[in-house]
Amino acid sequence: MSPYVFFPLAATIIAFALGVVLNRHPIRSALCLAVTLFLLAVVFVFLDAHLVAALQIIVYAGAILVLFLFVIMLLNLEADVPLKRRRNMTLAASTVGVIFAAATLRPLFFGAGELPGIGLEAPVDAAFGSAEAIGHRLFTHFVLPFEITSVLLLVAVLGAVVLAKKRMG
Amino acid sequence: MLQQFLDSLIADGTLGGMPRDVAYLIGMLGAGALVVFGFVLNISGVTTFVERRVWARIQSRIGPNRVGPQGILQWLADGIKLLMKEEAIPFAADSALFKLAPFVVTVGFITAFVAVPFSSALVIADLNLGILYITSMTSLVVVGIMIAGWASNNKWSLIGGIRAAAQIVSYEIPAALSIFTVILITGTLSMQGIIQQQGWGPWDWFIFHSPFTFVGFFITFVSLLAEGNRTPFDLPEAESELVAGFVTEYSGARYLFFFLVEWGNLYVISAILVTLFLGGWQVPMIPGLAESPFWLNLTQAVTFIVKSYAGVITMMWIRATLPRVRVDQLMSTCWKYLLPIAFVNFMGTALWVLIWPEGFRFAELALTLLGFSMVVYFFYRVVFHLRRSGAELTFSPLS
Repeated sequence: MSPYVFFPLAATIIAFALGVVLNRHPIRSALCLAVTLFLLAVVFVFLDAHLVAALQIIVYAGAILVLFLFVIMLLNLEADVPLKRRRNMTLAASTVGVIFAAATLRPLFFGAGELPGIGLEAPVDAAFGSAEAIGHRLFTHFVLPFEITSVLLLVAVLGAVVLAKKRMG
Repeated sequence: MLQQFLDSLIADGTLGGMPRDVAYLIGMLGAGALVVFGFVLNISGVTTFVERRVWARIQSRIGPNRVGPQGILQWLADGIKLLMKEEAIPFAADSALFKLAPFVVTVGFITAFVAVPFSSALVIADLNLGILYITSMTSLVVVGIMIAGWASNNKWSLIGGIRAAAQIVSYEIPAALSIFTVILITGTLSMQGIIQQQGWGPWDWFIFHSPFTFVGFFITFVSLLAEGNRTPFDLPEAESELVAGFVTEYSGARYLFFFLVEWGNLYVISAILVTLFLGGWQVPMIPGLAESPFWLNLTQAVTFIVKSYAGVITMMWIRATLPRVRVDQLMSTCWKYLLPIAFVNFMGTALWVLIWPEGFRFAELALTLLGFSMVVYFFYRVVFHLRRSGAELTFSPLS
């Protein structure tokens, strides 16, 4: 991935990610999230992970985000109603945030002096990231986690149905 | 192809030591502009004209026939008129998002053209993930529609936007499941790969591959119609109840963009169906044709465009004849009927491929016969009713 592409892209992603947190308006936050997720898919494309990129757009930008927008629009939150701030939550969230940021930035200061991933010009295996390669791994090496995840999703769907039925009486 | 051309330019030094990625970027932008202005805009425009003429014929009217010979330039006149109109932005609207929405919709639609194969060589990019890429890009359209509906700050627009979201997200599931039945047979997601495994004759098309794909074709057709907000599923912009749904507040050029997408989408839907089920650009191997790549590709492109346009005209015909469904009917059609049938199809195709990996010739021929007899019976009924009603037919399409 060439630095000409990486740095502008990374800067835009960070800008929009900040937009998700700093926007007071829930719809705008959700749309910033959409752009962030879409640009992350672009990063995946440049890293030759095409299937992951397509799934990122279908699942996140296509389905989950539409659900977010749907809920926000149905609640019709007003722009000028300030979200309630809780001091304890703010403190806890910023502590966790700082710890994770430190962990993420550690290789930059104590590592090899350059960000991992940049200068990755070496041609990867042609099958890398293709649907076939991922499918093969998924159904041989990772078959147990895959099946457990599908059972988990099934339980979630059943739970949603049970909750909805209870409300209907 | 583009990459090779740019590589040769870089090797020549024509670009004067420009970094490789920048050269690729400029090349891609240029090619994109060429495709958008040369093909996408024109096909959307001409489709609006054809649609108006086809409707007029179905409703025993004449339709637009004043601008240019037979009114063929009507779409250009309409487009120029809309571009020149004043654009009003409602005072209460969220101005930035209101302006942004048409572009999100347009991007979601135009990027889908990247993977549409017109002939064995005429494709912008034969992506490894072809069909998955198209599904992911067209799913961006719904985000744009929701932004439009919300940013207008108008209850009709908001209801339209929310309806669009509910409808598109629901119908994406049966559409994807039916598309995957074809993927089960081909084992590849590439659009070219899918076409290459079909033949020129209808018995080699995937629609007649097994009873499951035969049903799958119709499920895909209905689901894609619903995803494209077409009648009988045009609830997001139901004129009789929502003024114009999410486009109510739009005017001028931004309004134009929504309609560009709406009509251009017809072509994309047909192209997907033709690629997956109707043999794509496959032409019979006429001796001599294979030697000349130009004529071969031209025949293939004409075949593809004729097939897709047949689909487009079918959708116009549906729009002119069927009434709109209600919201609850829309949802129950999807979740209670299409989705279970799509699941059965999916499992059935998997078993079919397991038993007959090379396809089952008898079933293919029988289904082809069934398909043709359905078409013949349909036309027999049309003629029968025309005779019985004693209607006076005046065939003068050029009036």
